[in-house]
Amino acid sequence: MSMSTSAVAAASEKPPPTKAVLSEGKRAERKLGWLLCAPAVIVMLAVTAWPIIYSFWLSLQRYDLKFPDQREFIWFDNYVTVLTNEYWWTAFGVTAFITVISVAIELVLGMVLALIMHRTIVGRGLVRTSALIPYGIVTVVAAFSWRYAWTPKTGYLANTFAGDTAPLTDRAYAIFTIILAEVWKTTPFMALLLMAGLALVPEDLLKAASMDGASGWQRFVKVILPMMKPAILVALLFRTLDAFRIFDNIFVLTAGAQETSSVSMLTYNNLIKGLNLGIGATMSVLIFLAVAIIAFAFIKLFGTAAPGSDDGGKR
Amino acid sequence: MADTTNKKFGWGLVNALVVVYALFPVLWIVSLSLKGPETLSDGNFIPREFNTDNYQLILDPDNFGLFLRPLINSIGIALISTAIAVVLGTMAAYAIARLSFPGKGLLVGISLLIAMFPQVSLVSPLFEIERSIGLFDTWPGLILPYITFALPLAIYTLSAFFREIPWELEKAAKMDGATPTQAFAKVIAPLAAPGVFTTAILVFIFCWNDFLFAISLTSTEASRTVPAALSFFTGASQFEDPTGSVCAAAVIITIPIVLFVLFFQRRIVAGLTAGAVKG
Repeated sequence: MSMSTSAVAAASEKPPPTKAVLSEGKRAERKLGWLLCAPAVIVMLAVTAWPIIYSFWLSLQRYDLKFPDQREFIWFDNYVTVLTNEYWWTAFGVTAFITVISVAIELVLGMVLALIMHRTIVGRGLVRTSALIPYGIVTVVAAFSWRYAWTPKTGYLANTFAGDTAPLTDRAYAIFTIILAEVWKTTPFMALLLMAGLALVPEDLLKAASMDGASGWQRFVKVILPMMKPAILVALLFRTLDAFRIFDNIFVLTAGAQETSSVSMLTYNNLIKGLNLGIGATMSVLIFLAVAIIAFAFIKLFGTAAPGSDDGGKR
Repeated sequence: MADTTNKKFGWGLVNALVVVYALFPVLWIVSLSLKGPETLSDGNFIPREFNTDNYQLILDPDNFGLFLRPLINSIGIALISTAIAVVLGTMAAYAIARLSFPGKGLLVGISLLIAMFPQVSLVSPLFEIERSIGLFDTWPGLILPYITFALPLAIYTLSAFFREIPWELEKAAKMDGATPTQAFAKVIAPLAAPGVFTTAILVFIFCWNDFLFAISLTSTEASRTVPAALSFFTGASQFEDPTGSVCAAAVIITIPIVLFVLFFQRRIVAGLTAGAVKG
C-alpha cells in the first residue's frame, strides 16, 4: 500500500525537464538510433565475431571427434600440420586459379552484358529478365545441369565436345568446367554492378566525345572506363571474395576428385567427413586471414584509385 | 530508316544471344527431368517423348522424406529468415539513413565486413557450438546464419532506398506532434514498402540458394533443405540412377526464382544496383 502511494508521490514530485528541448530531441534521436541498430548488430556479432574467436581457440587444440579423449591443447601444431600439407597448398592453388581466371572472364563478359542491357533499343526488359535467371537460380541446380551436360552419353555437351571421354574425370577439363559453371552463374551479377556504374556516365559527355570524332572504342576506353573505375573496383572486390569461397559448384561437379578441391571444400571434408574439428577450425582461420588480406589489398587499391577517379566520377 | 531497322535487327540478334546464354542450362535440366529412364541417356537436348514419372516419384507422399520434407524445410527456413532479416534490416537502415548518432560508421563497417566474410570460416565453430547447445540439425540452426549473412544485403539495399524517400513528410508529421517512432510507423513505413518488398525478394533468393550451411549444419531430413537434400537423392530404388529425380526437384525449386524474376525484374535490378552505387 505504502509503496503505491510513494510511487504516486514520486511521480507528482518529478521535476520538470530542465534541459533545452533541442538537446532532449537529440538525445532521443541517439537513443532511437542505437535501439534500432542494436538487434541487427547483436545478431551479426553473435553469429560471426564470437564463432571466429572460438574457431581460433579450437584451432589450438588437437580435437578429433572420432577420438574425443585425445583432446589436448597443442598451440600452433595444427597450423604447422596444415601449412606443410600438400593437399592444402594444392587446394589453395586451385582456389586462387579458379578465382583469378573466372573473375577476369566475368569482368569482360560482364562489361559486355552491362553494355547490352544498358544500351539495347529493343527488348530491354526481356534481356534483363533472362540475365537475372543465372543470378537467381540455386547454384546447386545450375551445377547439376552442367554436371549432367558433361556426363558421357547423357549430356549434350559431352557428346558434342568430348567424344567418348569423361570430361569431369580429367583434372584440367574438370577445372575448366568448374570455371564455366562459375562464370555462367555470376556474370549477370557482375553485369548488374557494372550497369550501376554505367548509369552514372553522363550521356552529354559521350555525345560531346562523339562530336569531337571519338570512335566507339575510344569513347569506351577514354570516357566510360575511367568514370566507371569505382564501380569496377567494387564489382571486382565482391566477386573476388565470393569466388574465393567457391564450394557449391565443386561439390556437385567433382566433389573435389582429381585434386579439384577448393579450400572451402577441403575444410568441409576435414570437418564433416573427417570430423577433425581442430584441423577444420585451423583451415577456417586460415581462410578468414586469406580473405582479410585480399580485402585489405583491394581497399588499399580503392584508397589510391579514389582520388584519381574523383575528378570525373563525382558529379 | 533502313539504318534504324538494321540497328534494331542487330540488337535483336545480340539480345537473342543473351537469352540463349541465360536459358539453355535451365532448359536442359527441364528436358532431363521430363525424360524417362530409357531415354535419359540418349543425349538429346529436346526429349523425344515426355514422361512425368520423375515428378510423380518425388511428389509421392510415400517418399515424403525424399523431397517434400526438404521442400517444407526450404520454404519455412527461407521465409522465417527473410522476415526476421528484413525487420531487423529495416530498423537499422532507417537509423542509418535518417538519424545521426555516434557509431553509425561502425555499423556500416561491420555490415561490410560480414558481406565479405568467408562463410566456410564459420562452419567449423558453428558446427561445434550448435552441437553443444542443441541447435545442430534444427531450423533455428540454419535461420541464425542466414539472417546474419542476409543482414548486410538488407541494410545496404534498404538504406539506399530510404535515402530516396521524401523526408519532408516525416518532418511534417513531427510538426503535427508525432514522435519519431510514430513518424516511422505511420508515415515512412508505407512509403518504404516497395523498397522493403524488393529487399525481401533479394534476401529470400539468398537464403533459398544456400548450400554450404545447409549441408554442414544438418544431418537428417528434420532440417535439411532441398539444395542439400539433392546430393542424397537416390532413384526409385537404392541402385537406380537419381538423375531424373534430381532434375525434377531442381526444376521445382527453380520455379519460385523464375516467377520472382518474371514479375519483379525491374525491382530486382533496381535493388541490386541501388545497393551497389550508394552502398
